[in-house]
Amino acid sequence: MTINWISLTALLPLIGAVLLATLPKGAELRAKQFAFGTTLITAASAIAMAVQFQRDNTNLQFVEVRSWIPSFGINYAVGIDGIALVLILMSVILAPIVILAGWNEAQGGRWSVKTFYILILVLETMMIGVFSATDVFLFYVIFEAMLVPVYFLIGGYGTGERSAAAVKFLLYSLFGGLLMLASIIAIYVMSGDQGGHTFDIAKLANLEMSSTTQNFLFLGFFIAFAIKAPLWPFHTWLPDAAQSATPGTSVLLLGVLDKVGTFGMIRYCLTLFPEASKTFTPAIIVLAIISIIYGAILAIGQKDLKRLIAFTSISHFGFITMGIFAMTSQSQSGATLYMFNHGFSTAALFIVGGWMIARRGSSTISDFGGLQRVTPVMAWCFFLAGMSSLALPGLSSFVSEFLVLVGTYTRYPVAAIIATVGIILAALYILIPVQRALHGPTTPGNENLPDLNLREKIAIAPVLAAIIALGFYPSPLLNVINPAAAHVNSQIGFTDPVPTVEGK
Amino acid sequence: MDFNSPTLEYSLLAPILIILAGALIGVLIEAFVGKTRRPVVQLSVALAALVLALIQVIRIRELSSTTAAMGSVVIDGPGLLFQGAILIIAIISIFLIADQDNFTSSPAALPGSDEERQATQSGTVLTEIYPLTLFAVAGMLLFPVASDLITLFVALEVLSLPLYLMAGLSRHRRLASQEAALKYFLLGAFSSAFFLFGSAYLYGYAGTVSFAGIHAAVVGGTGNDVILLLGIAFVSIGLLFKVSAVPFHAWSPDVYQGAPTPITGFMAAATKIAAFGAMLRLFYTVLAEAQWQWRPFFMVIAIITMIFGSLVAISQRDVKRMLAYSSIAHAGFLLTGVIALNKAGLEASIYYLFAYGVATVGAFGIVTLVRDSSGEVSDLNRWAGLGKRSPWVASAFAFFLLAFAGIPLTSGFIGKFAIFSAAYESGATAVVIVGVLSSAIAAFFYIRVIVLMFFTDATEDGTSVVIPSILTRLTIAISLVITVALGVFPAPLLDFIKPLAIFIR
Repeated sequence: MTINWISLTALLPLIGAVLLATLPKGAELRAKQFAFGTTLITAASAIAMAVQFQRDNTNLQFVEVRSWIPSFGINYAVGIDGIALVLILMSVILAPIVILAGWNEAQGGRWSVKTFYILILVLETMMIGVFSATDVFLFYVIFEAMLVPVYFLIGGYGTGERSAAAVKFLLYSLFGGLLMLASIIAIYVMSGDQGGHTFDIAKLANLEMSSTTQNFLFLGFFIAFAIKAPLWPFHTWLPDAAQSATPGTSVLLLGVLDKVGTFGMIRYCLTLFPEASKTFTPAIIVLAIISIIYGAILAIGQKDLKRLIAFTSISHFGFITMGIFAMTSQSQSGATLYMFNHGFSTAALFIVGGWMIARRGSSTISDFGGLQRVTPVMAWCFFLAGMSSLALPGLSSFVSEFLVLVGTYTRYPVAAIIATVGIILAALYILIPVQRALHGPTTPGNENLPDLNLREKIAIAPVLAAIIALGFYPSPLLNVINPAAAHVNSQIGFTDPVPTVEGK
Repeated sequence: MDFNSPTLEYSLLAPILIILAGALIGVLIEAFVGKTRRPVVQLSVALAALVLALIQVIRIRELSSTTAAMGSVVIDGPGLLFQGAILIIAIISIFLIADQDNFTSSPAALPGSDEERQATQSGTVLTEIYPLTLFAVAGMLLFPVASDLITLFVALEVLSLPLYLMAGLSRHRRLASQEAALKYFLLGAFSSAFFLFGSAYLYGYAGTVSFAGIHAAVVGGTGNDVILLLGIAFVSIGLLFKVSAVPFHAWSPDVYQGAPTPITGFMAAATKIAAFGAMLRLFYTVLAEAQWQWRPFFMVIAIITMIFGSLVAISQRDVKRMLAYSSIAHAGFLLTGVIALNKAGLEASIYYLFAYGVATVGAFGIVTLVRDSSGEVSDLNRWAGLGKRSPWVASAFAFFLLAFAGIPLTSGFIGKFAIFSAAYESGATAVVIVGVLSSAIAAFFYIRVIVLMFFTDATEDGTSVVIPSILTRLTIAISLVITVALGVFPAPLLDFIKPLAIFIR
């Protein structure tokens, strides 16, 4: 009997959530331990799947297809390529880290600690599902259903204007989702006219449609993903959501959920609408560059630590989007690697930042100061996370940012050059808070802040280790990503520009 | 002159006849059974009639696709599906109706009079509601299978008259309830007149009231098109009034608010199924070839209904009024199924009607639970913080709202997808785009209620949730289970609908 690895991995957290619901009311510690254990088992299952993954095989692997709603031609169909595998790995590794790092963050919520972890586990199931779905309808269902747990995580357990932020997040996402639904309906009807209703992405990629139709449908998908990612000018929900959510939720939101947007651009926009993607590429590259610069500049001006991290992410997502739509195999490999690395560097920033905020009781950057002397370990961790965010050579983000820029340069040199400004600004938006929060004289009131305890050290260690290790030796991931990215690129009919040497 | 006695196919008409018999027995029970035993007996009789009728509907589904009662009734697949849906909705809501707290004990007494007080104190309960409900159900069962204009009109009146009465029976805020009943009656009579007027025009056009005859005249195309157009317009107005499409919706917010909540739920769900059933039959079979006369008109109606319902719902501060406007918006979504005019549209409409009906009954069931000392509280501000005090009730309501909003993994999503894709297939792109956009607007006010229940702290004079009686609990639980099941595993119902959803002319 063969094991359906994807379904197994996705089901584990869901089973955990159901069992968790049966726990008695007061058992908070038990609930945490149980949730943590579940995410560890899930991670182990995903890693076992990754070990069996054949990296040179560009077909979808671990494919499982079951009929779900036959009258609409809808299947429960899952399968992964290298890109999806990397993102699933990132999600399942981040989940236990988030739980361990934010051990006490569910305490201030409107509802019980147990509910918090049920929501997290349900969300994890959906994260695995959304990256592995190969049926457009299934993808859409999970894409939309994911909003519900996140909405309650932000609104129920966040701080400050949490319900307003949660509603803003939900309405933005729903609006984008409905535009996508309109496109999906159109695709569905067209597939019916051309040989039977289906949502199989491989079959849909061969649909014949006029270029006008294709452009409209592309926009339906793209705007949904651009809101999710988020790309300027669809980004305004993100800073509010990140500011209000707990650090753990923010990690999942920015680290994993927003990746669904960029993942969707590769998997759906490029594959289903290659012609329209080409048509809109110039415009999207411009938006991406605006995101890079705009996010960076606004990050520099932020006084709130969480908002700052949110704006840095908008800048990073600009890089990722640019890499995707530059449509060279290098830029797309870089973009995928960037998604993975951004997950970890943002996680590090939010987790350490969250500890700083919890200790100080404030998220305003100017309330910190001199933490280097008081809490050296925490300060070093934050510093390292910051360096990863600004893509210091030797850390993982450098490799991906470099690949994106090199890949983009071969086709859009001007865009790549402008985007490098973002790197300079990144140095500013990271070094300024590092200087204000960590160095200088200790701000009164901060003298007695405790340094990281053992649990926190254990939680952050794998993240920082991954950042450093993949900085020096990214090939394990790139070996998985490269064939998949090259495959996507060849599918949509792009070849890398051949470098020419001038003057001969 | 020969006079043949009419032949009646009793087995095919049995569902309607069983319900009518149940209603008549109910009237006799009122006369002969003692006061104390009446509620139990009445509930049992009503329930038995509904279940028997449902069983009979299931039994005759193989015999379907034939006419009965000298061609004035058509028993075909869609007709039976509508009848089944109406009966299931009625069974779910009868438990809610059986919760006597919602009805006045002596409807004839003046509001606030001594007589009323005495009746309430004596613990008299109102059991006439059961036969009334059954009469209404009988009309609803006949409405979507009627096959000539006269039968259609009779069914319309049979279903409407009991509802007018039932709307006025609320125990609390009786004046508002009576006002609602009067308004419903006057406007309903008005729309019946329109309907009859249109029927006369159609008769003038075709020389017959039978659907087959009108269809033949439309296909033949020899009649006067102006008269046909007038006939279609006036008959449509009568039907659009029943489904509360804009601009014929003015009655519905007031009636929804004033009527006893269980009745509102039953009416909102079952009337919609019956009226859309009749509308689909009329426009899919009789007038399909005259689509250029009515489709543009219906597109406009659908578009303004969706937009108006969604937009106005945003500003509502009363949960029942909010649900009324939401039901107006849903009428707009359902009209896209009529516009689709293809088989997919028919299947989608049937699915949508059933899913929406079940969720509606469940949602109104929950509304009956939220009360303070003076009765039901429908002011939304006082629903604040409900999630804290009664997490289960609030979660269930939130789930119904998500189903109305069409969030995936609820029945509403599958319905919306099906109906919009059918409409798109027929080329009504503009209607679909408006539908999708108004779904986004509609999501806003559903989510606002969720925010209110879960993320807002309770005001001081907070409301309490009464412990639901076993009957109400049953209604809510069944609705919830069906709504979840239809969202996650819609395939069995869709597959069941597919082979049956073919109108015969």
